[in-house]
Amino acid sequence: MNTVPQAAPAPIATRPTMIEFRDVHKYYGDYHALRGINATIKAGEFFSLLGPSGCGKTTLLRTIAGFEDISSGAVLIDGKHMADVPANVRPTNMVFQSYAIFPHLTVEQNVGFGLRREGGTTAEKAKRVEEALEMVGLKGYGKRAAHALSGGQRQRVALARALILKPKVLLLDEPLSALDKKMREQMQVELIRLQRQVGITFILVTHDQEEALVMSDRIAVMFEGQIAQLADPETLYRRPNSRQVANFIGVMNFLPARVLTEAAGRIAIDVQGLGQTEIDATQAPGVITGGETSVGFRPETLTMLYEGQTTTERETPGTIEEVVYYGDMTYYDVRLDGVDSPVRISMRNVFGRPVLDIGTRTRVAWSAGALVLFR
Amino acid sequence: MKGQGLRLYAILYLVFLYAPIVLLPIFAFNDATIISFPLRGFTTKWFAALAELPTLHQALKNSLIIAVSSSVLATTLGIFASRASTRYEFPGKGGLMGLIMLPLVLPEVIVAMSLLMVLLGIGVDLAIWTVILGHTLICTPFAIAILSAAFQSLDKSLEEAAYDLGESKLSTFRLITLPLVMPGIISSLLISFTISLDEFIIAFFLAGSEPTLPVYIYSQLRFPKQIPAIMALGTILVALSVLLLTIAEYFRRRGLKKTGAKDTGGFL
Repeated sequence: MNTVPQAAPAPIATRPTMIEFRDVHKYYGDYHALRGINATIKAGEFFSLLGPSGCGKTTLLRTIAGFEDISSGAVLIDGKHMADVPANVRPTNMVFQSYAIFPHLTVEQNVGFGLRREGGTTAEKAKRVEEALEMVGLKGYGKRAAHALSGGQRQRVALARALILKPKVLLLDEPLSALDKKMREQMQVELIRLQRQVGITFILVTHDQEEALVMSDRIAVMFEGQIAQLADPETLYRRPNSRQVANFIGVMNFLPARVLTEAAGRIAIDVQGLGQTEIDATQAPGVITGGETSVGFRPETLTMLYEGQTTTERETPGTIEEVVYYGDMTYYDVRLDGVDSPVRISMRNVFGRPVLDIGTRTRVAWSAGALVLFR
Repeated sequence: MKGQGLRLYAILYLVFLYAPIVLLPIFAFNDATIISFPLRGFTTKWFAALAELPTLHQALKNSLIIAVSSSVLATTLGIFASRASTRYEFPGKGGLMGLIMLPLVLPEVIVAMSLLMVLLGIGVDLAIWTVILGHTLICTPFAIAILSAAFQSLDKSLEEAAYDLGESKLSTFRLITLPLVMPGIISSLLISFTISLDEFIIAFFLAGSEPTLPVYIYSQLRFPKQIPAIMALGTILVALSVLLLTIAEYFRRRGLKKTGAKDTGGFL
């Protein structure tokens, strides 16, 4: 493994642009699959397109690869318009959801497939194949028949085959969805390591929010052919700009709220059950849609206080309605006094403190800084 | 006993199916002109007699030329049609494919008659190539049925992957698509070859003065003393068919093993 300490990569914002979408639209007949995509992806970035199935994330990825034409707008790779550039000459390579390993060829022939068109001697090509296999941890597998490999190994062959051509951009279409949980988590870590090692822009399509959070520098959350929010994982998780995004990424509690006053970057609100409090304007990242106003907060931002425990935060009384035990964690659904529906609280299980029963009266500590305002 | 009736049915069915074919070699080696039991003794003279029938040789040659040509033509056309129908959407696709597949259910005698009328109408002389034309017409639906299944089971992203890795559309077809649908192509060639080889009606209508093997055999049945020789000919054809199918099955299984695909049963 490569153990040479690496300098911290330059911040995303200062890096040169690798991919640019300019008002990209795509129609399939009457169906409007992409509805005005505007985004830039930076060089060397690990970028994810996240969304439910049918949101257009795979279509968007395929417009980069050149497998889909766009109806209007422009896709630029490294500053060049891609309108008339077919997929086989674009500086991108793809890892397919099904891996698309050529079943009639050996591992070696699969990995070296893209080298057919390149110059160089047979020995040089063999060396490059060997290096690529070593990079993905499949040294010595070259002579095997590709169809005899396990799912994880196929995945690695697909990676080696795509990376051997040193593309400017590697496109990954739900590459981990066919693997079991353990294997998936292992491959997530390996993909991150690989991306740092080769320094290529990776663009990942996934419907798994956890996968996107773990792996990405930035994530574009897509719904119905549009990017709903584009941000780094922490911002997405802590400051989602809509209820839809908040619901898609992790668990979010919502309580009805009312805006009282708004001045000098501070917003005074009245929240059902929690009462009056004041938040910073940055805690309302979304645009005002005119819908029902509510505040959201993550389960882990609440703490249940046990008998006699005091807090410097605000506290609200409530009753436990449901208990779900997960081993390291316990989820409690607590109905706060004066609130219509219960909120979910996640508590790390601590040795010596018993899991509480349904029906127990409790006090919940919370702080205004963890709230997000949607309106 | 449970299942006894079914077993009897299966046995009777197989006897009905194969007993006549088993009779072929028995009478082919029987030393008598009359086809009846008891057998008279062993001889190979009927096989020797085959060697001295120049019209038979001509008919066999015609049949082989026709069968090879029409199976290659039908399979080639089948590749184009199946590829188009499984990969692309275009207006009128359903109707078009239906029309191509129609000869599968159309009575052959009608196809043969209408072809004959058209060919005579435009003043074409009947010859081997007119039979090839007719056989290609009836073999193509079978080729498409087999090849569509092969193209259908081909993962589209395999072709995209090759294209993505820098190959042209044509070289992708040659390097990826063709090898992976090869078992289907071989099946299609074999089925078309077999259909063409024993097809009678179209060959009878369109052959003119160039009879094919089935037409020749039919014409010889009028002469009782020729029948044992026809039996010998039939024996050779059965042996060749079995050999051909065995070879094809061997290659099919080898192909499956090489690509690790699941065996979904033989090609027939």
